[in-house]
Amino acid sequence: MSSLHLTINGHSYAVEADPQVSLLTVLRESLDLTGSKYGCGEGQCGACTVLVDGKAQRSCIAKAGSVVGKEITTIEGLARGEELHPVQAAFLEAGALQCGYCTSGMIMSAAALLKRNPAPTQGEIVDFMDGNVCRCGTYPRIVTAIQKAAKKMAGTAPAKGAGR
Amino acid sequence: MNSRDQSIGKVSSPTRTMENPHLCRKERGKDGAPDSGSVELRSTGQPGAAVPTKMFSETALEPERYELAAAAPYRFDLDRREFFKFLGAGIVVVSVLKPAVVAQESGGGRRRGESLPKEIDAWLHIGEERKVTVYTGKVEMGQNIRTSLTQAVAEELHVPMDRIELVMGDTQLTPFDMGTFGSRTTPTMNLQLRKVAAAARDTLIGLAAKQWKVDAGHLVAEDGKVRDPQTKKSVEYAALTKGQQLAQTLPAEDPLIPATNWKVAGQSAGKVNGREFVTGKHRYPSDQKLPETLHGKVLRPPAFGANLVSVDTSKAQQMGATIVHDGNFVGAAARSLDLAAAAVEAIHAEWKSEPQPSSKELFDYLRKNTTEGTDPTGDGDRYETGKVDPALASADHKLQQTYTVSYIAHVPLEPRAALAKWDGDKLTVWTGTQRPFGVRGQLAEAFRIPEDQVRVLMPDTGSAYGGKHTGETAIEAARLARAAKHPVKVVWTREEEFTWAYFRPAGVIDVTSGVRGDGTITAWEFHNFNSGSAGIKTYYDIANQRIQFHPTKSPLRQGSYRALAATANHFARESHMDEVAHAVKMDSLEFRLKNLKDERLRAAFQAAAKQFGWGKSKSAPGQGLGMGGGYEKLGYVATFAEVNVDRKSGEVKVVRVVSAFDCGAVVNPDGLRNQIEGANVQGLGGALFEAIQFENGKILNGRMSEYRVPRFSDVPVLETVLVDRKDQASVGAGECPMVGLAPAIANAIFDATGVRLRSLPLVPDGLKAS
Repeated sequence: MSSLHLTINGHSYAVEADPQVSLLTVLRESLDLTGSKYGCGEGQCGACTVLVDGKAQRSCIAKAGSVVGKEITTIEGLARGEELHPVQAAFLEAGALQCGYCTSGMIMSAAALLKRNPAPTQGEIVDFMDGNVCRCGTYPRIVTAIQKAAKKMAGTAPAKGAGR
Repeated sequence: MNSRDQSIGKVSSPTRTMENPHLCRKERGKDGAPDSGSVELRSTGQPGAAVPTKMFSETALEPERYELAAAAPYRFDLDRREFFKFLGAGIVVVSVLKPAVVAQESGGGRRRGESLPKEIDAWLHIGEERKVTVYTGKVEMGQNIRTSLTQAVAEELHVPMDRIELVMGDTQLTPFDMGTFGSRTTPTMNLQLRKVAAAARDTLIGLAAKQWKVDAGHLVAEDGKVRDPQTKKSVEYAALTKGQQLAQTLPAEDPLIPATNWKVAGQSAGKVNGREFVTGKHRYPSDQKLPETLHGKVLRPPAFGANLVSVDTSKAQQMGATIVHDGNFVGAAARSLDLAAAAVEAIHAEWKSEPQPSSKELFDYLRKNTTEGTDPTGDGDRYETGKVDPALASADHKLQQTYTVSYIAHVPLEPRAALAKWDGDKLTVWTGTQRPFGVRGQLAEAFRIPEDQVRVLMPDTGSAYGGKHTGETAIEAARLARAAKHPVKVVWTREEEFTWAYFRPAGVIDVTSGVRGDGTITAWEFHNFNSGSAGIKTYYDIANQRIQFHPTKSPLRQGSYRALAATANHFARESHMDEVAHAVKMDSLEFRLKNLKDERLRAAFQAAAKQFGWGKSKSAPGQGLGMGGGYEKLGYVATFAEVNVDRKSGEVKVVRVVSAFDCGAVVNPDGLRNQIEGANVQGLGGALFEAIQFENGKILNGRMSEYRVPRFSDVPVLETVLVDRKDQASVGAGECPMVGLAPAIANAIFDATGVRLRSLPLVPDGLKAS
């Protein structure tokens, strides 16, 4: 057990935790940031996806000690105040969720994709998102949502700040 | 209610295959209770109020043995006015069941202490704060009934949707409900809430009329107000009660707004609390937390049915965790999950288990292990009309084939989870379940306490698909919490979920048919071993039929799964239809329509065929086209699939799926499309590649990395045709849209290759290896 200094959603946290423990465990148990979900524990479903320095990372297999000093963004830190991130808004617009359990990981993955590739083709979306599972089967709607968000973001100046 | 009458004696013991591994004994004495599967289908309200009675007597929902259910045969005498006191001023409208129905269900047993009178099945309250609160025992798990039920209330009550809040699945606050399954929410609860809302609206209009001394017939309700169009006066609903509480039961006759005049219902509405979900704020069962909550972990046996021979917890006791050993239950609770897991790891246990069958011999096993003659509730469903044997003997063509389906797992993305807290001998549990009241019963039984000391709450959960009927985690968390004297949360790992939950039953289906040269089917014999009786009857018009479900021993723990056995039975039936069509050299669609009189199902096939472009010639080698469809849970579906088969690699890709679906008057078109698309996507897994592998009491592929579920890259183009029948009652959509997909794909693969696949999954390893 040691004190880990983590930067999450723009805030600094000192967390008493074993550096070998997963980032997901720290987020959910130590910090009560429960928006990131456990789905499989082996990086196969994407429900736990967060951004680490802007890149999508499966927090269930990322060790807490490995993200010290990095910029971590979770679903709780994606919106700017009351204003939803375009991907969040697009998910609502496209009805791209049923039970919503995969949604946080889907949105974080999609945000990472659009950061890297602001105008992905459908094939690129499918390739990038293939590690995220939605058991309710809303995949086509998620693709639509990502396309909508890409359009919306292209129309606005790239915003600064965590996760954008 | 008609379906009830049909179900008596046919619903087998719901717990027969579903014993809880640890503490929960079988639910005693409930097996033979009348109506153990369909309580919520009864005609409700006062005598004469029953639009649904006639409707459903024509199209009854079939019960299903694997739909886990438990009757709650109690009747309570609590004074309703006493109960509603806590709500304060406003209007309360309750829907009350017919006394005769309640009496029959109660089985004579009376017990005090229930929070709500048993005969109430839904109610709403309009408070002075303009807020409308609706109470229902139904639960939300992604089917979006929180939204569609809100629409129903908004429609009849004339209140904006954002002023309506639903309290769902809380055993202390909501009326008893058997559970959320069987596509029953829309045909039953939606209708019930519409009636309750309409009654509330008319009461409010009456109050305004009295206040203004005018005829109620002149007044209109709109936007949460009663308005007099002549004087232009209006008054807020909330202002009409003047500090009084008015309780009212559903009146005998209160006409509902016909679907053709719907303004809120019938329109697409997004998830009412969607923002909570896209921002990560919503707290699922696994996200629940109380101060001082400990994490629980349970020691699992190495094989199914294993018994604990000896256990040594001495090392674990030193680690700072609470260790519980109670019968076959061994677990730990600790301040961190890692510590709880380490403590369980440090427990030394010896188990003993008997040799068990493996997936290799599964289908032989099922056929050889029927339990007919031993089932106290009857020997499965059996239907017979005409004379099958002579009809088969005289048929121009006769075809006999066997179809099989594997065990598959639900894989709800949120695994089972529960947080339990004791206050003295009172227990509160937050858990993800389709049956909060059933889980309450399991907890009461496990801990030998009265049900009124147990409260179960169900925060909207991360999906279920029929897989969350039981209360294992609730019991585990409660047992650990009692020992630790702290709240305890148990969340199953994915491996636990794959292993210790239950599976969709595997099955073997034998079909024998006889057909005349002109394509008229004259004989139909259908035997289903183990997978279940949902959707077992044929909707094709065949004079001579023998259809039977054969219960068997099941090597694995099995239970309900979205659409139940209808998926297996439709796969067999609709594959067989294509095989016969091929034998008599008829077009698949033409052959079906020739043998099908049901207008709504015909219309579904025709609508899907039109959208799909059935009859056009194929455009590429490797392309295959096929269809499947049917009638299930009061809905009608036809599904057409296009596949592409690469004969070299053996890869089978489903490229396009067209579904036409008729579930009566559509309540939420976009929500409905979402359900249909989802059913097709989920159905792809069971159709193409999902199967549980097991050997001697162990699951061999119980991880996400070993059990393939559909992903983005598997998804075809999905096109949905909604057959909106505003003249028909609205029914559910969670299950029926799934049943046509597997046979449509199998038939399309045959069309592409001439290879007939008769086992689900069809191509777990591609076409060459299968």
